[in-house]
Amino acid sequence: MGPILTPIVIVGALGLVLGLVLAIAARVFAVKVNEKAEKIRECLPGANCGGCGYSGCDGYAAALADGRTDKTGLCSPGGHEVAQKVADVLGVEAGYARQMTAVVLCQGNSHNVKTKINYVGASSCKMATQLFGGPKNCTYGCLGFGDCVKACPYEAIFICGGIARIDPGKCKACRKCMSVCPRGLIELYPVNEKHTIVFCKNGDKGSDTRKACLQGCLACTRCVRICKNDAITITDNHAHIDSEKCTGCGACIPECPAGAINHLHL
Amino acid sequence: MTKELLAVLLTAILTQNFILCRFLGICPFLGVSKKFDTAIGMSVAVILVMVLATAVCYPINQYVLVPKDLEYLQTIVFILVIASLVQLVEIILRKYLKSLYNALGIYLPLITTNCAVLGVVLLNIGNNYNFITSIVNSLGGGVGFMIAMIMFSGVRERLETSDIPRFLRGLPITLIAAALTSCSFLGFSGIVDNIFR
Repeated sequence: MGPILTPIVIVGALGLVLGLVLAIAARVFAVKVNEKAEKIRECLPGANCGGCGYSGCDGYAAALADGRTDKTGLCSPGGHEVAQKVADVLGVEAGYARQMTAVVLCQGNSHNVKTKINYVGASSCKMATQLFGGPKNCTYGCLGFGDCVKACPYEAIFICGGIARIDPGKCKACRKCMSVCPRGLIELYPVNEKHTIVFCKNGDKGSDTRKACLQGCLACTRCVRICKNDAITITDNHAHIDSEKCTGCGACIPECPAGAINHLHL
Repeated sequence: MTKELLAVLLTAILTQNFILCRFLGICPFLGVSKKFDTAIGMSVAVILVMVLATAVCYPINQYVLVPKDLEYLQTIVFILVIASLVQLVEIILRKYLKSLYNALGIYLPLITTNCAVLGVVLLNIGNNYNFITSIVNSLGGGVGFMIAMIMFSGVRERLETSDIPRFLRGLPITLIAAALTSCSFLGFSGIVDNIFR
């Protein structure tokens, strides 16, 4: 064979053999893919935020397709629209998508909390909190360096008066900010229900809280006594309102001497 | 023999590290080293593919290309073989090791065009290594890749929280850090020759 034909034949034969091997392998090692899961996966937004409680959109789609869960409204970034689409694929009634929003449980802005040290280090909550518990007097409150702002994929968080605030209109409840907050101040609340929230997580005694912040929860139990639904409990020296029991009557709001309780600002 | 193999292994890992000394496989080094977990995933995939590619390419070169005087086809044939091999590994992984397949994700197909994998195969032939030495050299190359990736992912995670001047943020500081990491590996030069003298 000529010097041109030999390489052509060899490379061609090699390609053919490898192609055949791949084709056979694809047939032999074929994986059965659940068609329903594929279809549901296409309906989901694909942010892989884990807000539904499964390992990303693939996990949720597989769980729905296998019948491990029948809740079609777990995807909070997708909201009602996605819940409806998923329900159509499954042929069931759409579940109620409870729209949630993240809330920063702190009112320690520059007026309420004084700073104790002049911090000039890296602009990061994670770093600042390691230096004497952060530059602010309150060692439980928002530091305002915006780790959550950087983590938010929807630009829903902004810094206002030295603390982080979340726009419920933009928040998709993906929980990314909750995992980066070194103080664990961010929690999820339903958007459309009128209930009250304690905007403080200070764990010190009332007198110490008072010294640190003008609007901190003093754990004085006045809200506990006024609440008709037994929704409020005191844990770790601050009040906590059970959003399942709270009817949103608002009786606790004027009762709080520090002004730590309020409705969700929309 | 063992001494020789050890020398080859250590040379591939330290003195001739694929990323930091030979500057092969830079794309994953800069692209995937942002987090420790992804760096590990990518490195494991590279080790696997490097060893497999050598095991397959060596006989093809020895028994097909050399007898026909077709050494000039090495590059194209090896790329063909490596690409198919990666595909095959991907298909098998998806069937039997679903969790590993998910963990490797996009990195496995990315290796198809990784110059470090092609580089190690070509270098084995260029250095006239026999089959076993070639495999050891590939393993060393993969482990060296892993060490560089793990080291650099640590550096990058540290950079995340550092106060960097604005004009250096992002890629510039990453490249500077990569250069310094590479310099640190200069310290190993000559060490293997002296150990096995």
